[in-house]
This record gives sequence, C-alpha cells and structure tokens, in this order.
Amino acid sequence: MDKKKKKKKAHSHAVVNSKLLRRPIKRAGWFFLLPMVAAFIIGFIWPFLQGMFLSFCKFTTTSSWEWVGFKNYVRAFKDSQFMYSFGYTALWTVVSVILINVLAFTVAYALTQSLKGTNIFRTVFFMPNLIGGIVLGYIWNMIFNGILSYFDTDILRETKYGFWGLIILMCWQQIGYMMIIYIAGLQAIPEDMMEAAKIDGASAWKTLTKITIPNVMPSITICMFLSITNGFKLFDQNLALTGGQPFAINLDGTSVHTTEMIALNIYNTFTESGQFAKGTAQAKAVLFFILVATIGLMQLKTTRDKEVQQ
Amino acid sequence: MAKTKTKPLGKKRSLIGLTVAFSVICVIYVMPVFLVALNSFKKNSFVKTETFKWPTAESFAGFENFITGVTFGGYPFWQSVLYSLLITVLSTALIIFFTSMAAWYISRVNSVFCKVVYFACVFSMVIPFQMVQFTLARTADTLKLNTPWTIPVIYLGFGAGLAVFMFTGFVKSIPLEIEEAAAIDGCGPFRTYFKVVFPMLKPTIISVAILEIMWVWNDYLLPYLVLDKTKYRTIPIHIQYLKGSYGTVDLGATMALIFMSIIPVIVFYLTCQKHIIKGVAAGAVKG
Repeated sequence: MDKKKKKKKAHSHAVVNSKLLRRPIKRAGWFFLLPMVAAFIIGFIWPFLQGMFLSFCKFTTTSSWEWVGFKNYVRAFKDSQFMYSFGYTALWTVVSVILINVLAFTVAYALTQSLKGTNIFRTVFFMPNLIGGIVLGYIWNMIFNGILSYFDTDILRETKYGFWGLIILMCWQQIGYMMIIYIAGLQAIPEDMMEAAKIDGASAWKTLTKITIPNVMPSITICMFLSITNGFKLFDQNLALTGGQPFAINLDGTSVHTTEMIALNIYNTFTESGQFAKGTAQAKAVLFFILVATIGLMQLKTTRDKEVQQ
Repeated sequence: MAKTKTKPLGKKRSLIGLTVAFSVICVIYVMPVFLVALNSFKKNSFVKTETFKWPTAESFAGFENFITGVTFGGYPFWQSVLYSLLITVLSTALIIFFTSMAAWYISRVNSVFCKVVYFACVFSMVIPFQMVQFTLARTADTLKLNTPWTIPVIYLGFGAGLAVFMFTGFVKSIPLEIEEAAAIDGCGPFRTYFKVVFPMLKPTIISVAILEIMWVWNDYLLPYLVLDKTKYRTIPIHIQYLKGSYGTVDLGATMALIFMSIIPVIVFYLTCQKHIIKGVAAGAVKG
C-alpha cells in the first residue's frame, strides 16, 4: 500500500469514526466519564491542590488558615528529625534496592533454567506479597524478638536491628514480586539469540552479561523504579516493626527516633500538637512528593536509555 | 521441557542440586507463616522466650488464644473481617465499573479534556499518600464518606490512576472495526459498551481486580484516617490497635488473630494464583 492511499484511508476512517462512534459516545459522557472524574476530584485533585495550598499556611483545620509563605518549608528543613529520617530512608533504600533486585534476579534466572517444580517455588516466593504491611511488621517483630531473646535483647534496643530487620522483612516480601517481573522479562528473550550465542561458543557469563541482561533491561527499569519508590514510601512495615524506636537522646535534650523513615516522620508531624505542626507536616509532604516524583522520572529516563531497541 | 533430556549429565546434575537448594529455601520462606500458626497455640509469656520451640505441656494454650482473640480489645474480630470484606468488594466493584467506562470514553473521544484527565490519572500514580493524608481525611469527613459503605468512593478517586491507565492501554488495542460494526447494526454507545466492549476487557478486569483487592484489603492508613475508629475497624486497623493502645500486649492472642486473618488470604491466593501472578505482571508494566 503506498503512502497516499494509506493517508486517504486513515482520513475516511476518522470521518466514519466521528459520525458513528465519537459523537454518540461524547453525548453520553455524563454517564461514562463523569462518575470517575467526580470521584477523582474528591479523592485526589481537590485534596492534592488543597494540600499544595496549605503547605504555605499555618493551619489546624482546613477551614481556618493563615498565609505564611515559605516559613513551613524553612521549618521543615530546620527540623533535624526530618533531615535524619531523610538520610536514614535514603541509606535504607539504597541497601534494599540492591539486595532485593540482585536476589530477585538470581532467583528468576535460576527458575527459568527448566528446573523441576518451578511453579511451586514461584508460588511460595510470591506468597508474602498478599500479606499486608501491618501484619508483616508484627510477624517479623515476633520472629526477631524470638531470635534476639537468645542474646537478651530485642529489636527496639538498637538502631541496627531495626535497620536490618526491615531490610530482611522487605526482602522477604518483595523478592517474589520482582521475581515475577524478571521472569516475564527473561522469558521474552528471543530463543534464537540464545542459540546463536551458544553456537558462537559464548561462555555462560558472557551470555548473561551480553545478551540476557541487556534484553531484560525493561524489567530492570521497572523493578528499580518500583523498589526505589517503595523504599521511600514505606510506612506500614516501618510503623509495625519498630515504630521509630529506639529513641536516642541528644545532648540538648531533644530526641531522635532512630528508625523513623520519612513517611512515618510526616505522619507523626501531622499528629503533633503545636500550632505550626500541621503546616510543617504539609510542607514536608510536598517536599516528599517532589522527591518521589523526581526519583521516579529520573530513574525511568536513565534506564530507558540503556534499553535494547526492539 | 523435552530439552532437558538432551542436556549433558553435568548440567542435569547441577539442576538437581539447584532444585534441592530451592526446596530448602522454600521451606525457610514459609517459616514465618508457620511460626505464626505455631505461636498462636502458645501461652502469651512463652511466645517471646520460646518462639521457635514446639509447644510443650506447659506452654500449650489450646484454642484459648483464639477465644480471647475474637473479642480482643473490646472489639469483635468478625466485625472487622466483615468491614474489610465490604470495603474491599465494594471498592473493587466501583473501580472496575467506573474506570473501565472512563477509559473507553477517554480513548474513543480523545478530546483535549480527555487527555488532561488521562495525564492527571498517570500523575496521581506517583503521588505518595502523605501528600493528601490530611486534606483527604477532612474532605471525606465533610462529604460523609467516612463509613464503610461510602469510603469506596474515596478508593475510586484515589485508586483511579492505575486502573484508568491499565484499561486505556487495553482499550487502545481493541480494533475500532468491532465497535463500528456494532454501531452500524444500530447499537448506541450504551449497548456497544456493555454488550461488546466490556466483555472484551475481561483479562484486564481480572488484573485490575487483583491489584485493587490486594491494595484495599491490606491498606491501613487511608481507612485509619477516614473511618470512625470507635465504630469501624478493618483488619489492619484492628491489629494495629491491639499493639498500639495497650501497654502489655497479649502476643499469643495477637498471633491467633494474625493467623486467622492470613488464612483467607492464603486460600484466596492458592485458588486464584495464576490470575494473581498474571495481574501483578501486567500491573507492573505501569512504569
């Protein structure tokens, strides 16, 4: 089919579409689109815009507010707990992203090597994903305390227990999820590519690094993206496992919640009683949102560039 | 699978080794759930000191934990199960019904407004909940969306992003000719949608349903902030309450409750395992 013909066909198509489909659907928009848009405004757009606005205000309820400009943001940046939580979350996320992805990829790679009982393994590895964060937190709280009781201590005593405890918990939960995505990616690699590598006498390591990994780049993109944002957004598990404890007392009498991650910190700030607390919390939330959105976009762009064009 | 036979013996042997290794890992992997079951039969004081031991005559509590667990914290457990179930089913049904229609409208009409709505939906997927936690709870209060019967509207609004995104992706792949044929045969948009398009969406409906069920059932913060906690507690809220508001926690009874709340989830998982894994893989591509 030459270009001209194609264009003409597309054009006539559009006309038919418009008359037959587009206009009648448009007229029924109140039925098809309106309910979702209305709920979307109530559940997202309005709270989001209001939250944006209130981050520049001093307020205790949404109805009584007073414009204070960037003061909330200044207060957020001066809040040492917030800065600590940010650093702690970043460090925790880096460690968890590396561990989860390496382990999940290894498991996925092993499970695609025509093992016996692959389905059972897959089922087992994915199972923890069905259990909610709060419940997961309490299950592991019991297990860690059980282990640590042999050393006469418990998980709330030291920061490193809380840190690694949460890493173990999240590995347990997320490996199965990421594994599913990696398996889908691994199975999509064209068979003939593998065959060609074999014929050319490529070693297993070369095949892995030169063929397998570049080909599963889309899966790696998705998994990195998911695990980074999951790490930063982590709340339920953090709350249930340690809830920010242990608290370290500074020399000036203030205390630091040493395992409090950024989402939990924002939540706690909202529940504080000071007159500036809610405004500060809202400003923190906006900063948090910008952070999460930026990381997501950056991550997506850098790994997309490395993807194999297909 | 026939390939295995042609593989050299060394490779075959290493595969067997791998299988054995994985079997061991799998046993370790299910340990936490098994430990919950085990400890739910122990007396409270033994849960912490003998977490990994089989119950002895001294520590065995029988079904006592389950009996205390059911009315634990002055709130009947079955009630939170019912509320969790109600909220999950209603929300998922609402989300599927309304977002699939909206997605169809968006991709067929494709006006500027549609593009704006679609972009807003995609945008909403990257928003952390803390951003709206305060204002959303207030909005829900004012609009009386703070009961288990009305909270699904909030879930529809806040969870619309992913669902609209997934449905639009699928609707775009449906050839227009099918709908044209229906229109030529005299179907209006309503009949075209419900008789022709909606049945075709089935695979995506299942995927979306799975993702929403997993989200809503396990969600803690949203219902915690929106619902009146003295009257309505979902399972996560109830479990958090037990731990949070009483000085000394009855660990045995908590484990019994956790055990009871995991069993239905695991049964659900084992019965719809194939769909769940497929749904998750489909939803993950949202990046």
